[in-house]
Amino acid sequence: MMGHIDDPCSHCEEMMQPYLDHILNDEERREAERHLDECDWCRRRYQFEESLRVYVRQVVTEPMPVELKRKLAELRIPLD
Amino acid sequence: MAEAQSDATRLASDARDRVRFEEEALALSDQVYRVARHLAGSREEADDLVQETYARAFRSWRSYQPGTNLRAWLLRILTNLNIDRGRRAQRTPPTQALEANDYFLYDRLAESDGGLSDEDRVVERLSQDDIVSALSSVPHDFRDVIVLVDIGDFSYQDAAQILDIPIGTVMSRLHRGRRILKRELAESVLEEGE
Repeated sequence: MMGHIDDPCSHCEEMMQPYLDHILNDEERREAERHLDECDWCRRRYQFEESLRVYVRQVVTEPMPVELKRKLAELRIPLD
Repeated sequence: MAEAQSDATRLASDARDRVRFEEEALALSDQVYRVARHLAGSREEADDLVQETYARAFRSWRSYQPGTNLRAWLLRILTNLNIDRGRRAQRTPPTQALEANDYFLYDRLAESDGGLSDEDRVVERLSQDDIVSALSSVPHDFRDVIVLVDIGDFSYQDAAQILDIPIGTVMSRLHRGRRILKRELAESVLEEGE
């Protein structure tokens, strides 16, 4: 992934999802972080994407209905 | 006499294993529901799906290999049942312009905010309804991986096993699925701004 000097921000965007998924290798991660250290434009967007993931997860999580929990317990197979 | 005693011992040990299995499976029900809620189309469907999954799991407990990932095993049953219930594979939608980059949603929100303040607060401009509805608009194949990985916290490897697809497919669907989700969110923001 080295050698994207023409458009470092575009290259940084390509690395955004893998970076947040922690699947970049050490060299790639350092490369992304070097760019983020000096580029406010990319840093803001990375920060937003990270917050978005946390937020989506929070707002779509619904508690399991108590009634359903009771029904599942009733599905257990009685001991002979 | 010794044979009868050995049979009784075996039955007792079997019963203990089954009770332990049921208890461990029930302890995971909140996590199973969290994923089921968004794999299924509605709360009612999610309820039915989870009940059907547990009924099947309790019947087939012997096929679970102790020490392996029980949550993934339950989700494998659940996704298979979901497909059996009439969910058919969808045609992959053609890529749309708004999926061309990852930052469209941020740019759209920033623009409507008149220059940005705090990135952590920007997301809060999206309502719960916006997000739930955008997620349900993502085609099944893409939504499944988002729900498993980003909401259910499954690894790529687990998601690949649950959905019976190669890990590379999990990664590519996740990448594109997240962009589709953001496109849907951006569109809802655009509609609200009109």
